[in-house]
Order: sequence, then C-alpha cells, then structure tokens
Amino acid sequence: MSSSSVLYDHPGPRAKIRNAVLSVVFGVGLIALLWWIYTKFDQAGQWEARLWEPFTESTTWTQFILPGLWATLKAAAVGMVLSLAFGLIFAVGRLSERWWISVPAGAVVEFFRAVPLLLMIFFVFYGVPFLIKGPVSAFWAVVIGLTLYNGSVLAEAFRAGIRSVPGGQSEAAYAVGMRKSQVMRLILIPQAARAMLPIIVSQLVVLLKDTALGYIVAYPELMQRGINDLSANYGNIIAAAMVVAVIYIIINSLLTALAGWLERRTGTRRVRVPRQKRPVAADSTIVEPQG
Amino acid sequence: MDIFTDPTNIDAYVSGFLWILKLTGASAVCALVLGVLLAAMRVSPVPVLRGFGTAWVNIFRNTPLTLVIFFCYFGLYSTLGLSLADDLNLNNFWLGVVGLSVYTAAFVCEAIRSGINTVPTGQAEAARAIGLSFAQTLRIVVLPQAARSVVAPFGSVLIALCKNATIVGTIGLVEASTVMKDLINSYGNAVILIFLVFAGTFAAFLIPTGYFFGWLANRLAVKR
Repeated sequence: MSSSSVLYDHPGPRAKIRNAVLSVVFGVGLIALLWWIYTKFDQAGQWEARLWEPFTESTTWTQFILPGLWATLKAAAVGMVLSLAFGLIFAVGRLSERWWISVPAGAVVEFFRAVPLLLMIFFVFYGVPFLIKGPVSAFWAVVIGLTLYNGSVLAEAFRAGIRSVPGGQSEAAYAVGMRKSQVMRLILIPQAARAMLPIIVSQLVVLLKDTALGYIVAYPELMQRGINDLSANYGNIIAAAMVVAVIYIIINSLLTALAGWLERRTGTRRVRVPRQKRPVAADSTIVEPQG
Repeated sequence: MDIFTDPTNIDAYVSGFLWILKLTGASAVCALVLGVLLAAMRVSPVPVLRGFGTAWVNIFRNTPLTLVIFFCYFGLYSTLGLSLADDLNLNNFWLGVVGLSVYTAAFVCEAIRSGINTVPTGQAEAARAIGLSFAQTLRIVVLPQAARSVVAPFGSVLIALCKNATIVGTIGLVEASTVMKDLINSYGNAVILIFLVFAGTFAAFLIPTGYFFGWLANRLAVKR
C-alpha cells in the first residue's frame, strides 16, 4: 500500500507492540459496537427464524428476488447501451468545430449532469404522459432518466479520452487522406474507447445502483420486488433489505473488480498520453457518485 | 404562466429547495467528519481499523442510496424506534441526513485516500531525511499537498450529494423533487415549464459550483 509508505515507516519493535495493543483495543470496541447493533435488532425481534426462513424457500427466489434482479439488470443493460450511444454522439458533437453543433451539445451535457436523476425520472414518468397523451411505462422512465444522466457523464469521459489520443494520430490519418468522419471513427474513437474502458465499467456500477430509483416510480426492480413485495407477504422488511443489499454489494463488487482488472490490463499498453491543456484533475473527477 | 405566481406554489418551491439546501449542508458536514475519520482509519497502521474502513467503503459505495435511506427509515425508525426529532418532518430530515452522510462518507474517504496517494513517496522521504518528525512530516509536507489534490473530488462529491438529497423524498420529506411531482400532477398543461424551472434551479446552482471547484483545484494544484 503506497499510502502507508508515505505516511509512516515500517513499524519497529515498539510500534509493533503499540499497533497490536491498538488492534486489540479497537477490535474489542468494534465487536462491542456490532454486538450492540445485534442486540438492538434482537430486541426488536428481527433475528427470529420466521423472518429469515422465506429465504430458504425456492419460491421466494423465483417469484420475488430473481424477477426483480432480472428487471434491474434489464434496465441497467438497456440504459448502458443507450448511454454509450448518447455519450458517443454528444462527445463527438462537443468536439465539433462548428459552433452550432458544439455549443448545444455542450449545453445539453452540462445541463443533464447537473440535474438530479430523480427529477428526470419524475418528469418522464409523470410529466411526459401529459405531453404525449398516453402513459409512459416505469421501465422507460427509468431507462430514459439513466440514459440522459449517465450518457452525459460518459460524454465527458469520452471527450477527455478522445482528447488524450496523441495529436500525431489524427495528423497521420489526415496525411493518408482520411476524411474527418473517418479519422474520428477509425482512429480516435477506438483508441479513446480502450483508454476509457475502466471508466465505462465503473459508470456501469453507478448506473446499476441508480436503477434502484425505479423503486420510487414502482418499477418492479430488485428493491421493489425483493423488499416491498416480499415483505408484504412475510413481514420481514429488515431481513429482506439486508438480503437485497448483499445482492447489490456482490454484483457491484464484481463490476468494480472487473474495472480494476481492465485498468491494470489496459494500463500496461496504454498509448502515450501527451501533456494536456487542461489539468488531469478536472477530467479525472467525471465519474460522480449517484444514488 | 400563473403557476409560479400562485403564492402557495412559490412557497412549496422555496421550501422544497430549502430542504435540499439543509440536507446538503447538514450531510456535507457529517459526511466530511465521518469521511476524514474513515480515511484516517484506512491509512492507519492498525489492521483492525483498516479493515473497518475498507468494509464501510465497500458496503456503502456498492449499495444504492435509495436502499440506504429506505433502511434508515424502516430499519432505524420503524423497527428500532430510533426517533431523532419529535416533529415528523424533522425526524425524516435527520434520518435522511444519517443515510446521506454514511453513504457520502464512503466517497469522501476514497477522495482523501486517493489524495494522499498522489503525494509522491519521495516527499515524505525527503522530509524525514532533513530530520522532520512524523507529526511534522504529516503536517508540513504530506497533508498540505494531499489537501490540494482533493479539492476537485470534493467538489464532485458535494455536487452529487446535493443531487442525491432529492432521494430523501422517498421517506416522505417534501423536498424539491416531490414538489415538482405534485405540481406536475396538478398542472398537466405546463409540465415542460415546471421541469425547466426545477431542473434549471439545480443547474443554476450546480454548474457554477462545478466550475468553481474546477477553478479552485486548478489554482491550488501542486505543480509537479
């Protein structure tokens, strides 16, 4: 761990003893804290077997959790594909040399990055039916909201990625007679996509978590089915919430691990990144935590 | 349009955004304190504390905020009977602050940790070579550099926190997104205007905030 090596030396004998003592002290404190939480839930009767038994039955999984998980993954997958398309179009649009393309594209991206996702989902779910004189399904409300928000975040990521491709690449492409669209499509985007792959995957984690907002507009995703509907039958809302949280944590940890693996893998043969005009810090913060 | 001249609607709009502002403010303070503590744990030499910090970050970073806030309401309040205020609205507000804080603290912790990681090891080595003590190394050399590089991530965490505050509407606090939903349901003929006003208010506050933090980060950046 590089952080520890900045902050302190390798522990000597005295530091080792001190660390061991601190470990024991804090370990006891931690166990006491966990025990306190455990007894609190115990007093509320939340560890009773009848609340947890439903999770040993197959019908719980086939009727509630798996359909919910499927709906979550479906919304995340469709949202991801549409976000990638949205992000790509607006990244290229923002890099356009024609101001009447780049300015509106930039405005759209900045706007949707600054608006809470829930507001967009509410607008699509409650507002758009008034405009089109017909209902909008909760699925599309969630997917459209996810696409607008995550697409805008990805557009910024792609833009940074395209700008990080060395200038010589596009110069060489122009020199062999390619047109602007060909340079973008054949030279810049493939190289940018590889450099941006880890960010794309970690944005997928954000997107998957955000599908939980579908719960608010009654989209039957993992939270809706696994917590609300399940506990309506068995009255085990805390147990169900814990199980669903564990499912989310497992899936997202796997995706995070995938992002880390991709980063290490692509990191070894990344193209040389030239000195950028903008500081890297401004670009490296584009992945924002969302609900 | 008469929607935004009606005083009741103006009141709803203002109180909705005031709740967002209060949620953001209170949670930002709590999340910052908690995040700094967690970051200190994550880089400490004590394995138990490191494990605790890592577990916290992995749990809350990978759980949807909706679920965290849901759990605060149904778990802490309904089941355990933890009541944080007598007033129903205030109680929901503080439950929301708890949820937002524990969630955001994970991101604050990661921002700080990556900030510490951007300080080259050579800086601390050089500090020790000229005879600075551990506390001096930290105070004079490492932390000032780390603090500068966490400005930009803090900015995006703060912006995300402000946007996430709308999720507290789930547990019955009438904040901006809930107000917008209600207005849309009452004024079906002006949905675009309503959306643009509410989304525009967020954008008007958050886009300049983003540029401000970008500018600040650029200004404070350690030139290497």
